[in-house]
Amino acid sequence: MNRNVYQFGAALASGIVFGFGLSLSGMLNPARVQGFLDIFGAWDPTLAFVLGGAVVVAFIGVQVMKLMLHPAFDDSFHVPTNRRIDAPLVIGSALFGLGWGIGGFCPGPAVASLALGLPQSVLFVIAMLVGMTLHDRLWSRRT
Amino acid sequence: MSAYLPSLAGGMLIGASAVMLLLLSGRIAGISGIVGRLVQGIGMTTNLAFVLGLLLGPLAYLFMFGGWPAVQITAGWPLIIIAGLLVGFGSRMGSGCTSGHGVLGLARMSPRSIVAVAIFLTAGVVAVAVMRGLGL
Repeated sequence: MNRNVYQFGAALASGIVFGFGLSLSGMLNPARVQGFLDIFGAWDPTLAFVLGGAVVVAFIGVQVMKLMLHPAFDDSFHVPTNRRIDAPLVIGSALFGLGWGIGGFCPGPAVASLALGLPQSVLFVIAMLVGMTLHDRLWSRRT
Repeated sequence: MSAYLPSLAGGMLIGASAVMLLLLSGRIAGISGIVGRLVQGIGMTTNLAFVLGLLLGPLAYLFMFGGWPAVQITAGWPLIIIAGLLVGFGSRMGSGCTSGHGVLGLARMSPRSIVAVAIFLTAGVVAVAVMRGLGL
């Protein structure tokens, strides 16, 4: 079997577990996300357990990665090496956070929620793809 | 109390999914990156496979629990469009979102991701506080 098939299977399986985890955790629900961010109002801290649980498991995985020479289906790990804290990181994260608070959706839950067929999800994802394209095609190619 | 358990279990599954992709294919499960590359036409097959899986996740939930996960969207369509544009543009400009920076970045103890998470959480809190203040 071709390595591409294994990579396809790994991505598909990972995506299913990710989407199921989002559904189980409550992250798929914008009202819950906004309740989590509403620390000055009726704060609902439960979603902190989503990030906490995910980071702990991922931390263990990262330690295992450091013991491996290469991933199972590829020659090398494709992990970011940039350590510079620059203006795009700061401004981009601020813009992303504002949108996350306003809509209650971040990219993963927004895409996964398309499975339910809600028109608001479709509208959000279209706007998100336009935003991504504006950045990638226009903004980042200014100079 | 019981609401914490599904959140914790769901979070651990999200972490497990990220570990799976990292150790099998050596890739970071960052959704804004995966979707962004898909739109740019880079690495079509694996990125498409991941997004397809992401859509199948809620279906797996439906088959297991006999109902869809709750999705309540309170914002009206003008706010949804503004939010979507900000999330799309901002996550690409900041090289990541809640998954890439939030889950894997923190797990890798990346200084960039720690800064990104602090900023987007703060901005999210500000956005919700302002909307509540305006009665939206």
